[in-house]
Amino acid sequence: MKIAILGAGQVGSSVAESLVSEQNDITVVDLDAQRLRALQDRLDLRTVTGHAAHPSVLREAGIEDTDLLIAVTQSDETNLVACKLASRLFNVPRRIARVRAADFLDNPALLGRDGFDVDLAICPEQVLTDYLVKIVEYPEALQVLDFANGRVRLVAVRAYEGGTLVGRPIREVRRQIPSVEVRIVAVFRGERALPPEGATVIEPGDEVFCLAPAGAIREVTRELRGADRPVRRVMIAGGGNIGLRLARALERDYTVKVIEHNKRRCEVLAERVERALVLAGDATDEELLAEESVADMDLFIAVTNDDENNIMASLLAKRMGARRVVTLINRRSYVELVQGERIDIALNPAQATIGRLLAHVRRGDVVAVHSLRRGAAEALEAVVHGDRDSSAVCGRRVEEVELPPGTQIGAIVRGDRVLMAHHDTRIEPEDHVIVFVADKRNLARVERLFQVSPRYL
Amino acid sequence: MRVAVAVHLASVLLLGFAAAMAVPLAVSLALDDGAGGAYHLAILATAATGAVGYRASRGRAPELRPRDGFLFVVLVWTVFPVFGALPLLAAVPQLSFTDAYFEAMSGLTATGATVLSGLDALPRSINFWRCALQWLGGMGVIVLAVAVLPILGVGGRQLLKAETPGPMKETQLTPRIAETAKGLWLIYAGLTAACALAYWAAGMDALEAVMHAFTTLSLGGFSPHDASFAHWRSPAIEAVAIAFMFVAGINFFTHFAALYRASFLAYRRDAELRGYFALLAASVAAVTGYLLAHGVYADWQEALRHAAFNVVSIATTTGYASADYGAWPLFAPLWMLFISSFATCSGSTGGGIKMMRALLMLRQAQRELERLIHPHALIPVKLGGGVVENRVIFAVLAYMLIYGATIAGITLLLAATGLDILTALSAAAACVNNVGPGLAEVGPAANYAGLGDFQTWILSFAMLLGRLELLTVFVLLTPAFWRG
Repeated sequence: MKIAILGAGQVGSSVAESLVSEQNDITVVDLDAQRLRALQDRLDLRTVTGHAAHPSVLREAGIEDTDLLIAVTQSDETNLVACKLASRLFNVPRRIARVRAADFLDNPALLGRDGFDVDLAICPEQVLTDYLVKIVEYPEALQVLDFANGRVRLVAVRAYEGGTLVGRPIREVRRQIPSVEVRIVAVFRGERALPPEGATVIEPGDEVFCLAPAGAIREVTRELRGADRPVRRVMIAGGGNIGLRLARALERDYTVKVIEHNKRRCEVLAERVERALVLAGDATDEELLAEESVADMDLFIAVTNDDENNIMASLLAKRMGARRVVTLINRRSYVELVQGERIDIALNPAQATIGRLLAHVRRGDVVAVHSLRRGAAEALEAVVHGDRDSSAVCGRRVEEVELPPGTQIGAIVRGDRVLMAHHDTRIEPEDHVIVFVADKRNLARVERLFQVSPRYL
Repeated sequence: MRVAVAVHLASVLLLGFAAAMAVPLAVSLALDDGAGGAYHLAILATAATGAVGYRASRGRAPELRPRDGFLFVVLVWTVFPVFGALPLLAAVPQLSFTDAYFEAMSGLTATGATVLSGLDALPRSINFWRCALQWLGGMGVIVLAVAVLPILGVGGRQLLKAETPGPMKETQLTPRIAETAKGLWLIYAGLTAACALAYWAAGMDALEAVMHAFTTLSLGGFSPHDASFAHWRSPAIEAVAIAFMFVAGINFFTHFAALYRASFLAYRRDAELRGYFALLAASVAAVTGYLLAHGVYADWQEALRHAAFNVVSIATTTGYASADYGAWPLFAPLWMLFISSFATCSGSTGGGIKMMRALLMLRQAQRELERLIHPHALIPVKLGGGVVENRVIFAVLAYMLIYGATIAGITLLLAATGLDILTALSAAAACVNNVGPGLAEVGPAANYAGLGDFQTWILSFAMLLGRLELLTVFVLLTPAFWRG
């Protein structure tokens, strides 16, 4: 597939990075030649220097035969205009734009066919905020992902001593929690993926991925970790875009404190939040943290735009007694450095937000894609089309589908019903199938399965 | 010369005031109540003064600056009572000028304190004139809220700016003020008409319905009966009064915004209105319970009826009475008088410091407490979703200080002239808040006739102070104002 990415910022580069590994033709456009060179050194792709909304620049990027345009520059306006140009002048079939301003997003007509003609408008900050809100709601989970419009959720949980399922083989799950249909789709011990078979024993420290109906998540996590106190107090370090959105999303249900070092930004924050307490100061200031009793915090979330500050503030907060710390880290190498040691959840914003975008790039009818374990694994929701003759999946029992190793069909959503997949569950047309892919290298094969393939026609 | 501008405008207004006196004259002629003669001289004197003032000040810089506004309103509210008192002087036997001036001031400031007894025996047109004075005063209050009070920092619409549409956004002494005022007067007049109809439907005769509508919407409280609303003993009439007193205590800009957009959203967004309603509801409930507990009324319905009417009446600074609440156990009337000092919304016809200032002070106090716990926190004072500037907070603080000092000062002055402390305090509060009846010697069963001349003048001044929100008057006493 030919893909044009406008903007080589954080989102642009991580999109490029995750797509380039899947053998697409990628062209990246940016004003900053140096940034493009750095990207080109790392990845096998083409770059064009110039303004992303100028037709001549787009033409130079080969827009005429591009299949997908991803406009993720800093500016909403540039992204929107680029989408319009791509649709009107160059007939690009699919266009994705990053749009931050709620004013634009709240206006369907503006983004529609007669407006800027955007197929998908994503706001990374909002996606990230939703992601963090879920972590607050399910403090036991490392990650909570929605499928089938939130009817099914995938949770990643670190197993702890004391959880009733810990130290037992997977097959006993049904006996332990008979009331809930739950399926363990993967177990990671360190970097190694264990086969999620009946005999596999869950040990403390394992990262366990479970699929369950949305309402049952809490019960499942409890069995793996023992009961946790619910979150009541949250401290947010950094009052930028994400900090503000997060504070506003949480302030009704939790006691929220926001620390921001820029005085003027503090005034803006204080004006826009309703109940959250805005504190002027440095998140790495031990005295300030002590004064605001960080030790009583159930959750400390560092979302400043500086990786080092986030890490330092989180480490400090953890040492001073915060129950759990979540840290936003842009540099991938840092994520691997700190996750699981003293920082409970290290979050790479690009990884967290890229899922919705990736769903559009996939072959086959893919509704949702979520990146797991820092991009090493993936979970996707695909729609089954065709019939027994034209599809490799349709009309077959789960055990009959030829899945690559490490790949699991976890659940099937049929209309409003959620079915946990058993070996004899038959897959019907228009089912949404949720597939867990432990090794990303097998992704292409999984996608091919869900295509209505000419081989079968 | 600035005085000339103020005199010029006041003279024009005085001519209008003279014309307004033709209405009670017409009433008098129609009813043949024998007071017709009282108006001839009054109209003549008022019109002549207006004309002289107009001629004398013509041609002098007609542009009105904010500062001149202070002089203008003080001039209007001190001089007009003189002329408003003329018909009373002529028609009521043995009325001194001091008392007549007090009565007219009480009318034009929509206070409702009276020195007259035997109201039922007065010519009906004289009672009509008293009520009309309050209604005209109410109109003046609305203009104050539009034009003058914003300069003091907390006006009727300071916080409504975002809520009000188009031409009402700016707050300056511009031609737009006239437009705004017209819109608000229309609402005021419309509500008055609705109120009169409701009274009439509830059983008053037409003229009395109009008179009471006048004094209800202006939150004045004059009644042509000595017994006030106890004259009827009608729950229906009391219900109408409660409803319209409540409505008149709401910011007229909120009414305007609601009407303009034909939606109740403006009411729901008005933070002041929430406080006003909550305070009244809680107070009615508390006083009802208190009256029952002390056995003042045997059954709860009667207790609720009288508590609702008198609490709303006093809290909204109207001053009607359906019972001698002065005879209730002391907590109830004291509480009613206390909340009258801040219950009504800014931009309404009510008196006192207004709910907005009270809320701001409450938030400011909360903020200081929170600051003790979180020294690094940034806590803005918010009202209705918007952040209130510190400058406004300081202005309100200063206002509160002056308000407290004024009440204390007047109370002490009255006590020094021989009044007992309850009478002195309640009279001071009732006049500064433009409520009307106080307690003890000036309570709902008595009136202000028993006071000496000096005390009466003090209280006339107190009503003026309260109506013009103190600062407007006090600023004239500063030398800097005159130095220019």
